[in-house]
Amino acid sequence: MVAQNVFFGILALVMGVSAIRVVTVKNVVHAALYLVLVFAGVAGIFILLAAEFLAVVQVLVYIGAILVLFLFGTMLTRAPIGRTPDLDNPAGQRGLSALVALALFGFLGAILVDAFSDSKVEPTGVVTSSDVALSIFQDYVIPFEVISILLTAALIGAVVIARRD
Amino acid sequence: MLEYAWVVPAITFTSFWIILLFGKKLPMKGAEVGIGALVMCFVLSVALSGAWISRTADLEVEAHKTVETGEHGSKTDDHGGESDSSGDHGGGGDHRLVLPSPAPLVMGAAEGGEGGHHSYIIREPVQKEWTWFSNGQIDIKAGIHIDGLAVALLFVVSTISLLVHIFSTSYVHGDERFTHYFAFLSLFTTGMFVLVTASNTLQALFGWELMGLCSFGLIGHWWEQYPNARAALKAFFTTRTGDVGLLVGISILFFAAGETFDIASTNAAAIAGEIPDGVLIAAAAALLVAVIGKSAQFPLHTWLPDAMAGPTPVSALIHAATMVVAGVYLIARLYGVFWEAFDIADGGFNAIAIVGGITILIAAALAFVQRDIKKVLAYSTVSQLGFMVMALGVGAWTAAIFHLFTHAFFKACLFLGAGSVSHSGSHHSFDMVADMGGLKKYMPKTFWTFATATLALAGVPPLAGFWSKDEILLGAGENGYTFFLVVGLVGAFMTAAYMTRCVYLTFFGEPRGAAAHHHPHESPSTITIPLIILAVLSVFAGLLNAPGILKFTEWTDNITVITAGMEHHDFSIITALFSVVVGLGGILTAYAYYWKGFRVGVLKYDQGISGSIYRFLGNKYYLDDLYEKGVVAGVSGPVARAAYWINQKVLDGVVNGAGVTARGLARFVYEILDQKVVDGIVNGTGYASEGAGAGLRVVQTGKVQQYAVAMFIGVIAFAGLLVVFV
Amino acid sequence: MYLTQFLLLAAFLFCVGIYGVIARKNAVLVLMSIELILNSVNINLVALGAWRGFEEQIIASVFSLFIIAVAAAEVGVGLAIVLLIYRNRQSVDLSQVAEMKG
Repeated sequence: MVAQNVFFGILALVMGVSAIRVVTVKNVVHAALYLVLVFAGVAGIFILLAAEFLAVVQVLVYIGAILVLFLFGTMLTRAPIGRTPDLDNPAGQRGLSALVALALFGFLGAILVDAFSDSKVEPTGVVTSSDVALSIFQDYVIPFEVISILLTAALIGAVVIARRD
Repeated sequence: MLEYAWVVPAITFTSFWIILLFGKKLPMKGAEVGIGALVMCFVLSVALSGAWISRTADLEVEAHKTVETGEHGSKTDDHGGESDSSGDHGGGGDHRLVLPSPAPLVMGAAEGGEGGHHSYIIREPVQKEWTWFSNGQIDIKAGIHIDGLAVALLFVVSTISLLVHIFSTSYVHGDERFTHYFAFLSLFTTGMFVLVTASNTLQALFGWELMGLCSFGLIGHWWEQYPNARAALKAFFTTRTGDVGLLVGISILFFAAGETFDIASTNAAAIAGEIPDGVLIAAAAALLVAVIGKSAQFPLHTWLPDAMAGPTPVSALIHAATMVVAGVYLIARLYGVFWEAFDIADGGFNAIAIVGGITILIAAALAFVQRDIKKVLAYSTVSQLGFMVMALGVGAWTAAIFHLFTHAFFKACLFLGAGSVSHSGSHHSFDMVADMGGLKKYMPKTFWTFATATLALAGVPPLAGFWSKDEILLGAGENGYTFFLVVGLVGAFMTAAYMTRCVYLTFFGEPRGAAAHHHPHESPSTITIPLIILAVLSVFAGLLNAPGILKFTEWTDNITVITAGMEHHDFSIITALFSVVVGLGGILTAYAYYWKGFRVGVLKYDQGISGSIYRFLGNKYYLDDLYEKGVVAGVSGPVARAAYWINQKVLDGVVNGAGVTARGLARFVYEILDQKVVDGIVNGTGYASEGAGAGLRVVQTGKVQQYAVAMFIGVIAFAGLLVVFV
Repeated sequence: MYLTQFLLLAAFLFCVGIYGVIARKNAVLVLMSIELILNSVNINLVALGAWRGFEEQIIASVFSLFIIAVAAAEVGVGLAIVLLIYRNRQSVDLSQVAEMKG
């Protein structure tokens, strides 16, 4: 178990720093790249937790599609490439939000620790794609269909919203 | 038949409405309806008279009927009586006949004035009543009470009214209010009929007042001239003053006679002595006041001469034959009350006779100094009414009624004659001195009828006036009222004298003024025919009660115990002679004065004592001044000023005060309550909302991120609370 | 491995994401912060699923899959909107988008 803990530690560290960097860098593209790190880190966590299909999907979708989307968006909105100072709200608001975020973290943390201390996570088996597939198409087929519709709607919606007419 | 006497007033009442509503559209403008109705009434009244006479005549046959009465002073007489005042008894015998019902008959005997007994018969009147409404214990009835008195008056009224209607078609021809005139005539006749046939005092009051109203309307027929309107008002108010007495009298009698308005029961109660003396005198005095007002006795006679402002046929109807005799009728109807109250049987003096006597003399004196022919006749009427009232006062009941009967005919003839003269002779002027004279040759029919009526009025036998006046004098003398006998004789003298003066000034001498300039001619036949009819009646009507015939007495006498039981005095040659001498003396005096120009002593009226007497008479004893300036002005001035003050200060003050208060209140409500308080509240809530909104709006920056901040802060707080407390 | 470490990690990511949402002015960066949040949720799910048992693991995976799908859709539409905003205003400055002010 030590290996897992070590890996987890590394991943957590990376993710933490990256996340903070995402929200603080003065460069849009850098933020996007730091986000990649976060996503990757999440995928690693998934693997630690024996949800390999999910990890793969995470990489594929998030890093492969969503991030690209972000980059597209950045470029289409002529986001300034390079350091730009005015990416953040005024200091007052930032201070307030830091406060809120910290308060929230402290709060959540306290509760979580209080609730789940001494709970161990021991993944019993690896969740394969067949398990997931079976689960989706047997038990959760309706949500699946709904998600499909949602995706279709989002697709069409995005096209409609963004078309140039 | 007699039960249907109520049809008579009903006919004229209906004709009133028809004339009023449809008259203007009819060809003769309503006159034909009026005349038609009166013809029907005349025929009916003749029929009713016939029916009553036959009812009385039945008595002759049933002389042996022995129905007892309980009236005081009577004794039953089994054997047909000791005397035969009611004529033959059909030859002794004791056959009893059953009278047809409803015709109960009462026989009895009474103490006569001279100690003789004579039997009398009372004929029950025909009564028919309907209850109009009842109020607790009191029933107000409307009904008819027909006996000889009522029938006689019905005949007189319908005859005179019919002749006046016919006369009026010519006299008022072309007048713009022709239709209303006839409507009023009909209504007036209704009023008199209602009074005459009334079975209870309330109905009599109704008829009385109705006549007062119609006389107001008729006297003031040409109200565009202010004096006419004033005369109408004067008549109305003066009679109204008397009517207070009527109301008081009726009310007292109602309670005194045991809470009934019925005339027959009231009379019976009075005769039977059920009413205490004081109450009876009070009631009788009050009623006497009413009679003084309505029948123009002294001191309320002043309205009658002024009422001559109305059209002449109106004067003939109202002020000769009908309305003014209502008072006399009232006394005659309620004679039991008066008899007992004033102790008429005792002789000497009593209130009624005094009033009547004074009236005779002062009115006759005033008639001497009038230039207006109608005013002469008016004062003559007042004087003759005085005769009637005096007759009732001295206990000559039948004489009074008979005089009423005959006087109606010749006075109406005189008035209509005056109307004829003014219509065709003096160009609508009534001034004898200025505009008449020498009309005898131009208007022969008018002259002869006028002269006949004058002779009748003067009391020259065998014309009507002689019989009736003589009977009055006889009654006065024989009943122990010798003073009034003398008064009557003086009055007769004066009557003859002033009437002859009147005839002279109108028909003899040289034509003056209008008579000279406006070609006098005889009047059309619608005017002269009534004159002729009335003149004939004046000649022959008196014979109805001439001694030996005495039919009138027989037919009307038998109403109450008193009237039936009165002593019927035999004809006295001495009294008759006196009255004839006096009458002729009056005529001769006037003849000497006017025809022969004989002026001596008292007759020189423009100097000395005669002068002052003349002026005194000319100013009508200053009574009018007394009434108008003294009573009326003295009361009305202060009263009017007080009323004005109350109106301006008190009433207007209250009203204005109410207005000002209301306005102030309204202003307060508006300015303070509405504008400040209510609007303040309403606006305040608005402002509060707005302020709150403005305050809260700050939160809505439109920046989503700030919303998110707020949201999360809220979440933290909420969760914190949850954690801490749950 | 303790459960709490995963959960704390997720909480940390979540809070950072919150901070990012509120503090960032550029719309695209805000969307990125939202992605952070969604990921933290995924971690949560899977961790708790793993803590419970195998079935729950599968279910957690499935659920996370759905969340990923939704996130994708949301980013797509969101970016379309940002594009539109940019087209109309020539800037993606969120503090300018305050039409709902007041």
